Amino acid sequence: MSVLEVRGVTVGLGGRTVLRDIDLTLGLGELTGLIGPNGAGKTTLLRSILGLVRVASGRVLVDGRPVRPRRSPVGYVPQRHEFAWDFPISVENAVMTGRSGRIGLLRRPGVDDWRAVAAALERVGMSDLARRPVGELSGGQRQRVLVARALALQPRVLLLDEPFTGLDLPTQELLTGLFQELAGEDKAVLMTTHDLLGALDTCTRIALLNRTIVADAPPSELLDPDPWMRAFGVGENSPLLKILKVM
Amino acid sequence: MSIPEFIADLTNPDLAFLPKALLIAVMSSVVCGVVGCYVVLRGMAFIGDAVAHAVFPGLAVAFVLQGSLVVGGAVAGVVTAVLVAVFAQNRRIKEDSVIGVFYVASFALGVVIISQAPGYAGSLQQFLFGSITGVPDEDLYTAAVIGLLLLAAVLLLHQQFVTVSLDRELARAVGLRVFWLDIALYVLVTIAIVISVRTIGNILVLALLVTPAATARLLTDRLGVMMLLAPAIGGSGAVVGLYLSWSYDLPVGGTIVLVLAGVFLTAWTFAPRHGLVAKRWRRGGLEESPAPVSAA
Repeated sequence: MSVLEVRGVTVGLGGRTVLRDIDLTLGLGELTGLIGPNGAGKTTLLRSILGLVRVASGRVLVDGRPVRPRRSPVGYVPQRHEFAWDFPISVENAVMTGRSGRIGLLRRPGVDDWRAVAAALERVGMSDLARRPVGELSGGQRQRVLVARALALQPRVLLLDEPFTGLDLPTQELLTGLFQELAGEDKAVLMTTHDLLGALDTCTRIALLNRTIVADAPPSELLDPDPWMRAFGVGENSPLLKILKVM
Repeated sequence: MSIPEFIADLTNPDLAFLPKALLIAVMSSVVCGVVGCYVVLRGMAFIGDAVAHAVFPGLAVAFVLQGSLVVGGAVAGVVTAVLVAVFAQNRRIKEDSVIGVFYVASFALGVVIISQAPGYAGSLQQFLFGSITGVPDEDLYTAAVIGLLLLAAVLLLHQQFVTVSLDRELARAVGLRVFWLDIALYVLVTIAIVISVRTIGNILVLALLVTPAATARLLTDRLGVMMLLAPAIGGSGAVVGLYLSWSYDLPVGGTIVLVLAGVFLTAWTFAPRHGLVAKRWRRGGLEESPAPVSAA
């Protein structure tokens, strides 16, 4: 069942066309890897799904309705460096900021909000560290906090921007397991990543992006080198393609 | 002068300006201490400095026209703060440059305006370095009411301010109006400065905003504690500073700021976890405590 539909979306930033005619449909239970070279427009696509970028043409529908920040059940995990980790705040309060839009102006978090935060922390296995200052966490724990912050809104679509950057392999593995589980819990998960091997191994679907969607299929159907060469602008002898042949 | 003598002077009807000065200094410090926490955590100290200078033309106009200094300063500060926020949306010029342009221009305007007033040198000095004499009762009430409103606004907008300060990208994604929250914060900073500027002075008021909050940051990793500690430090610094200034006939703004700086240096050296001594102690000890793992 599809929960997110991106239909013919074109986005221009500063007079340049950054995304052209994007079509992408995400179903519940899917873990989709959004892959492409630097500057391909991956983050811009996530931001236009969130309604943060003005879309020149096309539509983004969540549950069949146009996307709206605060209303639509879309959770966002921006890149880890966007967050001020030196801020004196506990893990649970940081997760609570994910609900700030819903709590609304001039109000303070209520019982429901705290319940949602506790459930989100439980889900990512961080309940024990709820009162720890965020500055004392490891890289993997920090990523979990950001995921919990997105889950605090109980979203049906989860967007992750480069969740593995700067993390060691065991941590990446644990997080991948978490993302697969979340997809299995009636969510659609879309993540950008530079980790091609990991994505091919764990995602149920791969979308290759370079300004437009070059290919969109399960990993087993993406063994043909052609879309990879087009997405990444590499020749036939690229190491990238050799890796694919091994898969 | 001993402390009982100071208390006697405070209650002496012939020195009625003294308790008023104490009251306004403490209120200013408390309000600036609370708002200053956001300023320090967001690295906005330069903006605070800018606003402090930007209120000057408003004070000057109010002074020349014999109007309310609080209103004049607030109008000038808010106008400048909004101009900075609007011009900073243009990414080609960085925010600090925009601030550099507007605050010096604003300050220059104030200098030109006040030079037209009679008794120019004396009033300029009073504006720049503060004065404890001649605080009218209305100013005291105005400052108290505005200060309370400001603290209420902080309480109500706290969750939003924290969200934006932590992660602007997520704040937008969850539907917060980041631009308007920035403006609201600038306005709160401006108001805190305006009610403080008379006693402490235009140039020194930045210390009231930054120093207690920075000191509190050294002492705690909890935002709630920090926002209680900062006004407590600021308020105590104002009392001690005014006492020293009265006892030794020192300028009041400068003395308060030096007291606060002394407290900051003490905290910087001896703070339990983040102080110099504690860090040295840990590094020197055989049992290396695990360093917090960085973002890697």
